[in-house]
Amino acid sequence: MSDASNVTPEVDERIKTRSRFREALIRPELGGIVGTAVVFALFLLFAFDSGMFSSQGVLNWSQVSAQFMIIAVGACLLMIAGEFDLSVGSMIGFAGMIIAIFSVTLGWPVWMSIILTFALCIAIGALNGFIVVRTGLPSFIVTLAFLFILRGFTIYLPQTIERKTIIGGISDAAEGDWLAFLFGGTLFKGLFQWLGDQDIIETFTRGAREGQPVVDGIPMLIVWAIALVIFGHILLTKTKFGNWIFASGGDAEAARNSGVPVNRVKVLMFMFTAFCATVFATCQVMEFGSAGADRGLLKEFEAIIAVVIGGALLTGGYGSVIGAALGALIFGVVQQGLFFAGVESSLFRVFLGVILLAAVILNTYIRRMITGER
Amino acid sequence: MISLWKKLALATAIVATPMAVATQAVAEGEKYVLVSHAPDSDSWWNTIKNGIALAGEQMGVEVEYRNPPTGDIADMARIIEQAAASAPDGIITTLADYDVLQQPIKNAIASGVDVIIMNTGSAEQASEVGALMYVGQPEYDAGKAAGERAKKDGVTSFLCVNHSIQQPTLVDRCQGFADGLGVELGNSMLDSGADPAEIKNKVQAYLSANPDTDAVLTLGPVSADPTMLALQDNGMAGDIYFGTFDLGEEIVKGIKDGVIEWGIDQQPFLQAYLPVVILTNYHRYGVLPGNNINSGPGFVTADGLEKIEQFAGEYR
Repeated sequence: MSDASNVTPEVDERIKTRSRFREALIRPELGGIVGTAVVFALFLLFAFDSGMFSSQGVLNWSQVSAQFMIIAVGACLLMIAGEFDLSVGSMIGFAGMIIAIFSVTLGWPVWMSIILTFALCIAIGALNGFIVVRTGLPSFIVTLAFLFILRGFTIYLPQTIERKTIIGGISDAAEGDWLAFLFGGTLFKGLFQWLGDQDIIETFTRGAREGQPVVDGIPMLIVWAIALVIFGHILLTKTKFGNWIFASGGDAEAARNSGVPVNRVKVLMFMFTAFCATVFATCQVMEFGSAGADRGLLKEFEAIIAVVIGGALLTGGYGSVIGAALGALIFGVVQQGLFFAGVESSLFRVFLGVILLAAVILNTYIRRMITGER
Repeated sequence: MISLWKKLALATAIVATPMAVATQAVAEGEKYVLVSHAPDSDSWWNTIKNGIALAGEQMGVEVEYRNPPTGDIADMARIIEQAAASAPDGIITTLADYDVLQQPIKNAIASGVDVIIMNTGSAEQASEVGALMYVGQPEYDAGKAAGERAKKDGVTSFLCVNHSIQQPTLVDRCQGFADGLGVELGNSMLDSGADPAEIKNKVQAYLSANPDTDAVLTLGPVSADPTMLALQDNGMAGDIYFGTFDLGEEIVKGIKDGVIEWGIDQQPFLQAYLPVVILTNYHRYGVLPGNNINSGPGFVTADGLEKIEQFAGEYR
């Protein structure tokens, strides 16, 4: 795409004019916005009457997208700050298992287990960041080490303590717990019951839940995702700290020279990524009532893919939280939507590869326009 | 600018193509979805795919196979929810983790989808979630039966090669085997990972560190094939007592050559084929068998291997 030179300057030769279309392209979210529109258009076309857009279907892909969003926000801010975290998936498994061990095996109150798990996991995130900034090693390697370390513990601990790799019974322990509700509860139950009674959404036709709506509320998972996206977006675009994040990832040395506490920014972003992974894990554990050693496998890459589809650069210094959220939405809708459209599930990866490649090519093009490199 | 639009259009076309293909493939008749817990890498499930495909063809119904790509059970719960939302006539699913899967399955049943539990789970759990029946092999019992058989053959210590230690059912097999033998599981279970070279080397390392091990138990072709290579390398093949769960081409060859004592056949074909047939007949004529179906365990030894050899990896 070297046709930038086709735009001939006419008014003032010192000012390079750019068309509105090109101007709009320079937003990092644009790839995500176009992608979202295309993906929804396609699925509306090919899978409209397959149940994908029934209330149950919408909840299904929303939940999957919300899961991706939660980890994508953390991964996005970290990537803009110039670092990677490959331990996200293992952290999800680890955090869930620690909650289960605290609350079920040790019998501690669930709220205390959750708070302690958050503290522990954020501390591990800080350790990740500390090692990266102190040794100057690539975060790729340091967090890869933690990918194995945390996964190992996630298998070893329950195997040693309980002689199995899945710990259940968390639902019973979490019954009536105030903090557990914040992660596993659902909001607006009354509204949805009313919608069900009015036949606006479908209801169960048999069994113990007959007459109840198939979707009984907005899961806290989705609330968390939206809250984190808003928080991340404001932090990145409206605060001094947000500028520091961009500066740390753009050119760390230049940022240091102009007084940005680069190391602190990076460590804090590692801690935030760990926080997001723990939110993911806690929501999952509270919803499903058990923690398993295989939870979160490959989620680190899914987070990075969502962020890249959303327009962030792997090299850091450029990106947007809204873009990452749209990337997560595309990812979730494609993953679940392929099923509704009746596509062979092994083709999911082909799709993912195509979308990832298209997104990266588009993003490279955008970067060239901004920096003017050829 | 034009070239950019062209590219967008091209990208759209590329993304749209597989969907266009897919929509043509929709057939008439009832629709059944089989949801498994197996990651893409587990080749054993090929028999299941062939089983439902054959049943779908014979009964004239539409069948689909779905699985979480990494074997993550929480992802599997989403797939079941999704399957229910697409309103099929029935769902055939494993119950790999009761806590995680029970609610999605109950919801599917409550929204009018009939469910049969296959492969993993138990008859009690199947009736608790409200499924029509359970078709499969109770894993702990199968392991225990194998352990008792080995005990009779004079085995007192063993190595259990577990290629997917996160899955509780595989741990159950090892645990059952240990209980059948009457020994502690302890360090006898090896977390081998799923990579063939790694499995081979770990098995060799374990056996050279514990040379007095009487028996090796593998939990499927994923761990059995490399274990056989390991035993051939260190000269223990045919000498050490070797039993395995599940069948596959190499395993059948191993049984024939006398390297493997027995294979436990849970007959996955039946687990896939029967639920489709049962659901179809239930929906067409309202007939339903009155009990659960145990597809295994059957011990396969060197006698009568012909049919198995012919169809190993395809239908056996």
